[in-house]
Amino acid sequence: MPYLGSEDVVKELKKALCNPHIQADRLRYRNVIQRVIRYMTQGLDMSGVFMEMVKASATVDIVQKKLVYLYMCTYAPLKPDLALLAINTLCKDCSDPNPMVRGLALRSMCSLRMSKLDQWGQAEVLNFLLRYQPRSEEELFDILNLLDSFLKSGSPGVVMGATKLFLILAKKFPHVQTDVLVRVKGPLLAACSSESRELCFVALCHVRQILHSLPGHFSSHYKKFFCSYSEPHYIKLQKVEVLCELVNDENVQQVLEELRGYCTDVSADFAQAAIFAIGSIARTYTDQCVQILTELLGLRQEHITTVVVQTFRDLVWLCPQCTEAVCQALPGCEENIQDSEGKQALIWLLGVHGERIPNAPYVLEDFVENVKSETFPAVKMELLTALLRLFLSRPAECQDMLGRLLYYCIEEEKDMAVRDRGLFYYRLLLVGIDEVKRILCSPKSDPTLGLLEDPAERPVNSWASDFNTLVPVYGKSRWATISKCHGAERCGPELPKTSSFAASGPLIPEENKERVQEVPDSGALMLVPNLQLTADYFEKTWLSLKVAHQQVLPWQGEFHPDTLQMALQVVNIQTIAMSRAGARPWKAYLSAQDDTGCLFLTELLWKPENSEMQISVKQNETRTETLKSFISVLETVIGTIEEIKS
Amino acid sequence: MISQFFILSSKGDPLIYKDFRGDSGGRDVAELFYRKLTGLPGDESPVVMHHEGRHFIHIRHSGLYLVVTTSENVSPFGLLELLSRLATLLGDYCGSLGEGTISRNVALVYELLDEVLDYGYVQTTSTEMLRNFIQTEAVVSKPFSLFDLSSVGLFGAETQQSKVAPSSAASRPVLSSRSDQSQKNEVFLDVVERLSVLIASNGSLLKVDVQGEIRLKSFLPSGSEMRIGLTEEFCVGKSELRGVRREVSLFPGYGPGIRVDEVSFHSFVNLDEFESHRILRLQPPQGELTVMRYQLSDDLPSPLPFRLFPSVQWDRGSGRLQVYLKLRCDLPLKSQALNVRLHLPLPRGVISLSQELSSPEQKAELAEGALRWDLPRVQGGSQLSGLFQMDVPRPPGLPSHGLSTSAPPLGLGPASLSFELPRHTCSGLQVRFLRLAFRPCGNANPHKWVRHLSHSDAYVIRI
Repeated sequence: MPYLGSEDVVKELKKALCNPHIQADRLRYRNVIQRVIRYMTQGLDMSGVFMEMVKASATVDIVQKKLVYLYMCTYAPLKPDLALLAINTLCKDCSDPNPMVRGLALRSMCSLRMSKLDQWGQAEVLNFLLRYQPRSEEELFDILNLLDSFLKSGSPGVVMGATKLFLILAKKFPHVQTDVLVRVKGPLLAACSSESRELCFVALCHVRQILHSLPGHFSSHYKKFFCSYSEPHYIKLQKVEVLCELVNDENVQQVLEELRGYCTDVSADFAQAAIFAIGSIARTYTDQCVQILTELLGLRQEHITTVVVQTFRDLVWLCPQCTEAVCQALPGCEENIQDSEGKQALIWLLGVHGERIPNAPYVLEDFVENVKSETFPAVKMELLTALLRLFLSRPAECQDMLGRLLYYCIEEEKDMAVRDRGLFYYRLLLVGIDEVKRILCSPKSDPTLGLLEDPAERPVNSWASDFNTLVPVYGKSRWATISKCHGAERCGPELPKTSSFAASGPLIPEENKERVQEVPDSGALMLVPNLQLTADYFEKTWLSLKVAHQQVLPWQGEFHPDTLQMALQVVNIQTIAMSRAGARPWKAYLSAQDDTGCLFLTELLWKPENSEMQISVKQNETRTETLKSFISVLETVIGTIEEIKS
Repeated sequence: MISQFFILSSKGDPLIYKDFRGDSGGRDVAELFYRKLTGLPGDESPVVMHHEGRHFIHIRHSGLYLVVTTSENVSPFGLLELLSRLATLLGDYCGSLGEGTISRNVALVYELLDEVLDYGYVQTTSTEMLRNFIQTEAVVSKPFSLFDLSSVGLFGAETQQSKVAPSSAASRPVLSSRSDQSQKNEVFLDVVERLSVLIASNGSLLKVDVQGEIRLKSFLPSGSEMRIGLTEEFCVGKSELRGVRREVSLFPGYGPGIRVDEVSFHSFVNLDEFESHRILRLQPPQGELTVMRYQLSDDLPSPLPFRLFPSVQWDRGSGRLQVYLKLRCDLPLKSQALNVRLHLPLPRGVISLSQELSSPEQKAELAEGALRWDLPRVQGGSQLSGLFQMDVPRPPGLPSHGLSTSAPPLGLGPASLSFELPRHTCSGLQVRFLRLAFRPCGNANPHKWVRHLSHSDAYVIRI
């Protein structure tokens, strides 16, 4: 059948359908209608004769009626306005005495599909569907298949609405969630480079949200997040954050190069943000970043130097391996630092690592000379501590100026905090140098703990309900404060909804952590922090004691030793040794001591095949009460971890 | 849903204010919004702001603030989309969007808002549907004149190119001009591409990104069908590279295919003939419509429009900085670039500038710590140059080596270019034809205007 002739065919059929002679002859009429159906089946566009066909439905000939209804159901989506006319006939047929006609009319009416919903309606329906809970897996996937086309919609509102619905419905199927996020990548990236800066910003916020769970998700598209100089500040800052989060082995070189370009931006704020960004990438790619930061010092720009030094301070703390490089870069910085934050950072570095920086005492001496004109009390406090520290490692060079500084702080300083700090150090020195050493140089807290604390990978489910809402746009923490005062002020019907947003999501681990911390406070048991037992000592003691208590806790599914270790540390239970992650069965040895000196030694034994955790506790003094408290602390921690995990 | 909607001028004067639900505050929210906006710290985004249980979401469009307030945790994508749709809609009905047109057409705007939103819920935003309900005629400031080109807010990008293009006719309201039959049957089709490029200091291309749009503004009676024929070699997605093309693509610039990575169409577009003949069929309503959006990264079929060859001499001792810039335009010989501006950040404290430019119509000056080099017109295949000498004060404490180096001083660069390329698309996509099925009742044939234009989004060259 010729495609090109379809217009003529339609014209001819239209004429035939309108012809009263044909209409009068039942068989000829039916024949023409059959031709329409035939062409329709062959794929010709027969929607042009819709009006005539609707008229043809008003007939007593049931065969003809059926044909016309078939036609109507096919073309109703294309001609929604005309389909409304057909409804009249259908309604009339519903009261026909012939049950067959009634049934036919009803069935046809149900299958009239009109694409009536515009994008606003679609977004509304998708939002409404969030409340639905599918009864079975089969139904769930049916729904997902039905809604699939909305992910391809041209309207970002509809696409994001559909994405959210998919993420929430598929909450038990992480691979489906990942698939959806892969599919939404295109629309999101398009929005990120949209001409509308507002849309761009919102999209960037959502990209960051996704990156929290899937760090590699946008890595190959890193260039899309390079800033252009004409963009507003808030978009640039978001882009820099995104760049920090998607950096990986392949793109680190290019990303750092780009960020380095931003460091000399005209806008000091943006330049500083870029330097901090390099600092945060330095936690993983230390050497490259430290080199870039060192080069930046060569610019001798105040606003750059101060931020670089602050970044160095944080870096030395988190990645001690870069200390040497940082110490070499520091000399000369003091000339370009004027602000309080920068001075504090520099002084801290000179104090803590002064033994490796040849001119450290002389830099500090300058600060001591000018302490009278120093306006920031925080700088003076830092100076006191730093100089005292340096005095311990290089006494000959520091003794004199330490004396002068202490004298000034105690006799002339007007800020009480500084004065008290000065007095405190003075009295400490009177006790003796060993005591000073013990207090100032005792073991530091474990810096890697800080890294563990920032939640590395959050499950998609923790933010799925926030997707396509204002939460990612404000940021989690600002949203929390907003919804808090929002909830306090308003007591309308919207209240439960907003508060549920605040309660759900990744806030949970933090809440639990608090709960864990409360436990030792509430009971009589006080575990001391920083208990230091060597593995040898532990082993000896463990072997010499008998098991005081043994019990089994249920433990389903996955197991993350790091999380457990972290949580235990929070309640002052130290991990002496543990099997590597993934070992089956898995073992850990823990120790703790209460304020009366009673030691608790514990063995955790996890047998995945029995899905249970066996706890054996030994005690060096037999005291049932404290043992009970200790066990309950342990139970709470393990219970909490299990909860977080599920 | 939406509690209030208002439009503010760029100075914060309320032009339009409508409360849909009466659930929050009064008129002073508009003032409050502007106060919050102007008082915002630089690192916070103004897109969504919060005040006492009320969220302000806004877009900036044609110098106006279009703002909605809501007390619910709504979909930001949906609301921004609504706002930009409202902007288009107001532009359609008032002719163009601007402070003047809005204040002249207050009645029309309120009438539109009444129909679009009911109790804060969107009813419809289709120009077509709304035509049935809107009674007010748009007030147009003055009769259009072809000679008065300076004040024209044209449909599409406001560019030199479009100023010389057909007429100011695109910026007229869809409803009015009932008397003016001859002008009525017009349709404008713009292919607009935004180019963003990053070139490394060694000349290698780090990033190319093309964002394209086919925009249509129709004044034809609604429902009249049109067919837009795109370049036949047009294909979508990397997977569609056929065998032949893969071989050819080894030599970029000579490949026959016009390829884009991703494409999305407006829901009105019928794609039946797209696969076979690259034809888009649609029955557009009157007004503006984005028919198609597409994007292309990394592989451009044609060479980049501009290459910059910088050479820098810096004498650390005397602080004399000499920058020689050679700009080559690689467009086809017949094409030209307009309003080309090169922006080069300079080291802090640069004071004097002396320049030698290769042609008199160019201009260069120091502005805000950067060099600005303006080239009003650059012909394809041409090469222009500028020699700039500056004095950079020596930072205190820096040993004066007195060495002349070609290593650039810190703080110099990167250079960025902005320009317009009329009658040129970087992706190579062209509209082959625009056919209308519409037969006007009079003998006046509908006017069809098809324009192609590329302009720079960010064209950055590291020095």
